[in-house]
Amino acid sequence: MNTNTNRVLACIDGSILSEAVCDYAAWIAQRVDAPLKLLHMIDHHPETAAISDLSGNIGLGSQEHLLEELTAVEQQRSKLRLQQGKLLLQAAKDRVIQAGVATPDSNQRHGSLVESLIELEESIRVLVIGIRGKVHENQPDKIGAKLESIIRSLRKPILVVNEAFKAPQRIMIAYDGSKAADKAIDIVATSPLYKGLACHLVYVSKDATATEQWLQPVAEKLTKAGGIEVITKKLQGKPDQALCEYQDKHDIDMTVMGAFSHARIHDLLLGSFTAKMLLNTHKPLLLLR
Amino acid sequence: MLFLSKKQDWLGNIRSDVLAGLVVALALIPEAIAFSIIAGVDPKVGLYASFCIAVITAFVGGRPGMISAATGAMALLMVTLVKDHGLQYLLAATLLTGMLQIITGYLKLGSLMSFVSRSVVTGFVNALAILIFMAQLPELTHVTWHVYAMTAGGLGIIYLFPYIPVIGKSLPSPLVCIVALTVIAIYLHLDIRTVGDMGELPDTLPIFLWPEVPLTLETLKVILPYSVPLAVVGLLESLMTATIIDDLTDTPSDKNRECKGQGLANIGSGLLGGMAGCAMIGQSVINIKSGGRGRLSTLIAGSFLLIMVVFLDAWISRIPMAALVSVMIMVSIGTFSWSSIVNLKQHPLSTNVVMVATVIVVVWTHNLAFGVFVGVLLASLFFANKIGHFMYVESKLDEVTNTRTYHVIGQVFFNSADKFTAAFDFKEAVDKVVIDLHRAHFWDISSVTALDKVVIKFRREGAEVELIGLNEASSTIVDRFGIHDKPEEIEKIMGGH
Repeated sequence: MNTNTNRVLACIDGSILSEAVCDYAAWIAQRVDAPLKLLHMIDHHPETAAISDLSGNIGLGSQEHLLEELTAVEQQRSKLRLQQGKLLLQAAKDRVIQAGVATPDSNQRHGSLVESLIELEESIRVLVIGIRGKVHENQPDKIGAKLESIIRSLRKPILVVNEAFKAPQRIMIAYDGSKAADKAIDIVATSPLYKGLACHLVYVSKDATATEQWLQPVAEKLTKAGGIEVITKKLQGKPDQALCEYQDKHDIDMTVMGAFSHARIHDLLLGSFTAKMLLNTHKPLLLLR
Repeated sequence: MLFLSKKQDWLGNIRSDVLAGLVVALALIPEAIAFSIIAGVDPKVGLYASFCIAVITAFVGGRPGMISAATGAMALLMVTLVKDHGLQYLLAATLLTGMLQIITGYLKLGSLMSFVSRSVVTGFVNALAILIFMAQLPELTHVTWHVYAMTAGGLGIIYLFPYIPVIGKSLPSPLVCIVALTVIAIYLHLDIRTVGDMGELPDTLPIFLWPEVPLTLETLKVILPYSVPLAVVGLLESLMTATIIDDLTDTPSDKNRECKGQGLANIGSGLLGGMAGCAMIGQSVINIKSGGRGRLSTLIAGSFLLIMVVFLDAWISRIPMAALVSVMIMVSIGTFSWSSIVNLKQHPLSTNVVMVATVIVVVWTHNLAFGVFVGVLLASLFFANKIGHFMYVESKLDEVTNTRTYHVIGQVFFNSADKFTAAFDFKEAVDKVVIDLHRAHFWDISSVTALDKVVIKFRREGAEVELIGLNEASSTIVDRFGIHDKPEEIEKIMGGH
């Protein structure tokens, strides 16, 4: 495996969840034996004005003067942000080194997170990101503004972190028989990440007569290929609620599922299951695409 | 696509956008009136145009934060059309201009702007500034000393008012100038010309009207010669302004969308009784300076302008022309690229010649399109001339075999073809001539013809001629640039083959 092209990438922005993001990223990096990279984005807000001079006149060289003035103000701001980001990254680096990752990389980039992640996509093995960033830090009923577009645009596993780190012991795989879910099962079966974890394979159906029987071949696949012990369970009710209840009841540490399998128009009309899960779950969510 | 915009383009900067929009609207009013006077139409034509164009480009333009309205560059192009055929033909020409601009946008011709070099842009901007200034001169000739005093006082207010602490930076000084001069003129009962003397002001909201012209080939023949330069100049100034805003705000813009947006705006303007317009360099700079960044500021500028004009028409008609002239002189000074004069000493002569030639042609013809054409042509010729210098021929004589080997190095094309031919010594009596073209690039048919001539001439002198590396050297002739765009292909052609 090429070490350059398969990193665990952790997105740090200095919000409360950043520490948990570091911890989970360190956990994954150690389990799958992949290098870890910490990413900090320097946000720019070109849509807001840095200076506002309402005198409304222009004179000799005012265009050149304005350019100089704007450049100076923005340079100052960017330098400050750059410095803050460096401190954040250093703190994060120290934390993951303490967690046992030998040589984490760090990277700072300008501009939009989504665009940068798309550029970096080829080198990502798993993306670890907090469920909300600095803007919505104190609004537990909201998911981050960029999260959905990140999940939709990347074709890589994404771990969405929403609480402080606890080394996962029991994971739950939400299975619905769809193509995306089958693909998720394949990934789980072949990855070293899940070895030795207790695994609950869960299926939610409206149909009361459906049984766990249906899950048997999938469970066998996981056991055979991945050496994972599987408990199968069929639930009834609204998928997101049923899954979250099960999660609480069985003390599940992490949920694994395929994401945004439906077309956008379906999600627009009915609301996306992934988005509902993101909102309702209290445990980290690993989305496999 | 055309109506798509990001939420932050509208709502990302609300407070600053609204304030900047108001400042721009106040500055737009005197400009729209002044440009209507240049074009020879009623002030209401320019004011309706400014409203329409600003509002429509706010939605469909490709550069948030840019201000488009009735402009001097466009007004100068329609003078004779209005004089000879009247307003209705101007409206028809405006519609046609819009259609041409939309076609340009869909053909993605905005990228042609890359042929307009920096010095041509500077020349365009300077010429525009000079034209705006010259257009004020009729207001300053054969008038009483009151007008001169008022104009000078107005300029004084515009440039000195911002130095007053606290209020200086929160009130637009052009507005202060207009209000002050109007009050003085009314209070002293000065008998000087006012805006009301220049023609009709709008008293209602604009109404939809189809230009009253016969839909015949004759009409097309009348308006097309005006619409084409209007479309070209409008797009040139708009794209140049967009580049200036790109640089100032450090954000990209969609140039092809801007072309379509300008076209739609002109069609809208033509249907509501307005003249053709485009982006305005001065106003856009004022907008950015005032803190405007989003589409909202352009929308506010356009709508506030109309509200002001419709409800305050009685007051606007009493503004003395001297106040307008002061504002327009400010716009002309602000548009002029002062650094281009400072840089004249450092820049190479060819660059300066291009810039100055562009200015001279524009000021002479009053047509910015001609100026840009001449500028681009000159710049291309200078460029060809420069590249032509990158060609030399060395030779070596092998006395044993009586063979002379010529090594051709560099760019051979129409400009350097004669130099290429002259580099060979046909008078020398040799048995064999070897021409090594490995490190040469043949760009066009002129260069191939020149090579043929050389070969034939040597043959006539009785020498055997051998060409080495012709295939590689001539692979640059091919027009299929698509193949050569890849780095390894470029390396193959331009590298030391």
